[in-house]
Amino acid sequence: MQRVGVFVCWCGSNIAATVDVERVADVLGREPGVVFATHYQYMCSQAGQELIQNAIHEYDLTGVVICSCSPRMHEVTFRKTCERAGLNPYMVEIANIREQCSWIHKDRESATEKAVILGRAAIAKVHLNAPLTSGSSPVKKRALVIGGGIAGIQTALDIAEAGFEVDIVEKKPTIGGKMTQIDKTFPTLDCAACILTPKMVDAAQNEKIHIYAYSEVTSVKGFVGNFRVTIRRKARYVDETKCTGCGLCTEKCPQKKIPNEFNLGLDNRRAIYIPFAQAVPKVATIDPAACTMLKTGKCGVCSKVCTAGAIDYRQKDTYVEAEYGAIVAATGFNPIKLDKFDEFAYSQSPDVVTSLELERLMNAAGPTGGTLLRPSDGTHPKTIVFVQCVGSRCDDAKGKPYCSKICCMYTAKHAMLCREKYPDTDVYVFYIDVRTPGKNFDEFYRRAVEEYGVHYIKGMVGKVVPENGKLKVQASDLLGGRQLHIDADLVVLAAAIEPDESARPLATMLTASMDTNDFFTEAHAKLRPVESPTAGVFLSGACQGPKDIPETVAQASAAAAKVIGLLSKDSLVCNPCTAKPNELMCNGCSSCEKVCPYGAITYLDKEFRGPNRTVLLRRVAQVNPAVCQGCGACTVACPSGAMDLQGFSNQQILAEVDAICR
Amino acid sequence: MPVTETFQPTIVAFCCNWCSYAGADLSGTNRLQYPANVKIIRIPCSCRLNPLFILRAFQRGADGVILCGCHPGDCHYTTGNYYARRRMTLLFSMLDYLGIERERTRVEWVSAAEGAKFAATMQEFTAAVTKLGPNRRLEDLRCRKD
Amino acid sequence: MMETIRRISGVNPRKCMKCGKCTASCPAYDEMDYHPHQFVDMVESDRIGELMQSRGIYLCLSCFACVERCPRSVEPAKLIEAVRLAVIRQQGMDHLTPDQIPEKLDPALPQQAITSAFRKYRK
Repeated sequence: MQRVGVFVCWCGSNIAATVDVERVADVLGREPGVVFATHYQYMCSQAGQELIQNAIHEYDLTGVVICSCSPRMHEVTFRKTCERAGLNPYMVEIANIREQCSWIHKDRESATEKAVILGRAAIAKVHLNAPLTSGSSPVKKRALVIGGGIAGIQTALDIAEAGFEVDIVEKKPTIGGKMTQIDKTFPTLDCAACILTPKMVDAAQNEKIHIYAYSEVTSVKGFVGNFRVTIRRKARYVDETKCTGCGLCTEKCPQKKIPNEFNLGLDNRRAIYIPFAQAVPKVATIDPAACTMLKTGKCGVCSKVCTAGAIDYRQKDTYVEAEYGAIVAATGFNPIKLDKFDEFAYSQSPDVVTSLELERLMNAAGPTGGTLLRPSDGTHPKTIVFVQCVGSRCDDAKGKPYCSKICCMYTAKHAMLCREKYPDTDVYVFYIDVRTPGKNFDEFYRRAVEEYGVHYIKGMVGKVVPENGKLKVQASDLLGGRQLHIDADLVVLAAAIEPDESARPLATMLTASMDTNDFFTEAHAKLRPVESPTAGVFLSGACQGPKDIPETVAQASAAAAKVIGLLSKDSLVCNPCTAKPNELMCNGCSSCEKVCPYGAITYLDKEFRGPNRTVLLRRVAQVNPAVCQGCGACTVACPSGAMDLQGFSNQQILAEVDAICR
Repeated sequence: MPVTETFQPTIVAFCCNWCSYAGADLSGTNRLQYPANVKIIRIPCSCRLNPLFILRAFQRGADGVILCGCHPGDCHYTTGNYYARRRMTLLFSMLDYLGIERERTRVEWVSAAEGAKFAATMQEFTAAVTKLGPNRRLEDLRCRKD
Repeated sequence: MMETIRRISGVNPRKCMKCGKCTASCPAYDEMDYHPHQFVDMVESDRIGELMQSRGIYLCLSCFACVERCPRSVEPAKLIEAVRLAVIRQQGMDHLTPDQIPEKLDPALPQQAITSAFRKYRK
């Protein structure tokens, strides 16, 4: 019989307000096997933990039940407390009387009764607990960063700085992400390329960082410390080791009319291309959908002009299998498609552009060489209208329910830059709110209004009608109480941002949680913002939620710190709640092996003593405790009941059921 | 379960540790209410649920049993909830054969972000079971302690 | 009164984020005294009496541009319809005094029309 101690926590007033904790301690103190029961305000505090430890020593406790908040909060804390007092940490059970009792019920009587029942279930379970020891599994000291934008690059640089090997996988032909397409960044108006390219070069030259550009992750197996990942390296049809990035092929290629993704379709590129001048790696790529040679077998101009002999039309996709201890998701974002917002005439006029397209139009490396010209006729726009919140803060059916966070600031930046470069331009910004939460952000926005004379109007644009080369904008001015009709030359839409489309399939591969907007969920919204609930997977950048560059870099470094914490361990303590077969009952049927998602079960021919001094050779199941994750699929699949799960054994669960239904 | 004037059903909920238990915690954190008749048992994965546990619960007098797990495709152990889904389908078929009301047993997929769905599900389920009345068919009177 | 309006229209005016897109899309802006974004605000702040007195609610074209464009699906046009119905459903109220009638009579209007109008509006 166990000697069980029961500790009921008040949790300040979180539990005590709705549950009569004294009565719970009193009633549970009379359960069979309970030798000590008490209550205290904050069990997780230093004093509370000491209370538990003293009781363990004084009453010779062999099992401990704590009625408190969710085990997801403090199971680890209380296990450590008991371990320090000399009790096996797995002789501890937690009854959740806060999140699943005091916080959801208002009636004191029924909440107290339920707390008693949950306490009884925990006591019944702990009577059947057996001491468990944790095994250990090795940690592969290599990290994988999926996504090569500023978030991925920063994370990789920090991990490499700590001395660990890192691989970056990026699906585009070059790393750098969205920041490569940005002209200047708020609030400092730094040139984005100038601050990004040194980091890109650092990443390329760092010996600990290996970049797989133009590649994708196709499968992830394993678990924390031992991930086995398959990376598909897409064929560029150019030998990376030979190509010098001279760009001659891109000048001679006869296919000239392919929309240039880097400039968002505002100009064209060739079938063989280098995305931009500072690409890392600086290697050409052939677009197989556009290349005449790859489609019809005729042409070959690039191959003829290449002095390095780097073109290889027969190149195929290759697959790389690698092992990693930790994975970081840094897949970034994209602006949404604007098909549901055609009241702004985005599809009807080339002069209605998104903010990212405006970045390209104003960038010196963009389609107009940095002069702001209307895409339709190449003239200088005299009146520019900016529309905020296009697709953000909407009903789910129309757009995204969240605020995209960066648009108020980048529009202030665009408006300011337009007025600075072209003081004769009239600039209007129609806003619902102006959100400027960061450091020096509000001052930046005020400069746009006060120093640069941008007209900020609280209201919205109802519709934009292209007419005779002008854009007729009809908008509301709520503070002025009028409806405005403006003849604009250029309309810029601050489109909402959404996670990259590769995020959802990646989340499935990693078994990492996502929310309904396809952003990765963090383990705890406040206290663990860079870790996924799935152990070994970390989050960096806009894939976790909309954010600007300073926050992205901060989060990237935070994710790197977590990865370094993981990789610096030589081995990880395994979960000891693993499956255990009873060899005497096992009949070797293989049902368990077939359902195990991790391949933790193997079979072995073992010798057993038979009757009349004979020896029987029987095939029995073996579970590898380092690989077993404790899901319990095998226990239910086993037809003989030979397989059981330590920590959640059949008897334990049945005891809980009995205690509840009593 | 002794029947009083206003029948209070005993509902056992099996929740998988990764999604539905977290979802239950979230509904608690958001203070979303559901009836105190629901008592949750934590299991590592929905695939840990042996259908015999459900029968045991009914044998001991539970009036309704619900299994909550991760959405198919999102299981923390990748395949666990697929097995759970299959087993539960067979169990429903068997319970039907025994003449047990279909509404007494339920499977619901709740993710860790769906606190509101968890609370709503528990409210609906408790209401449905209350309407059915106490479980007489499967309760084993020999197990009653009083 | 607010409850009635909410019930008739099925609209929750609290969803409004005061963006002004409804007013921006309204083709009848110049004619109205209160504009779509104001309707929603007035219903929410229980100034329905003023709305019921205004002329603007009859000048609304019911084009539903505001319903179509509202990012939060607040549906201002339905609120206006509800206010109109609230006005119409008022019993025993006189909208005209007998003295006002002669000048509003159109000589081309047939006698039967006048009689049937009285019959209708007597209700």
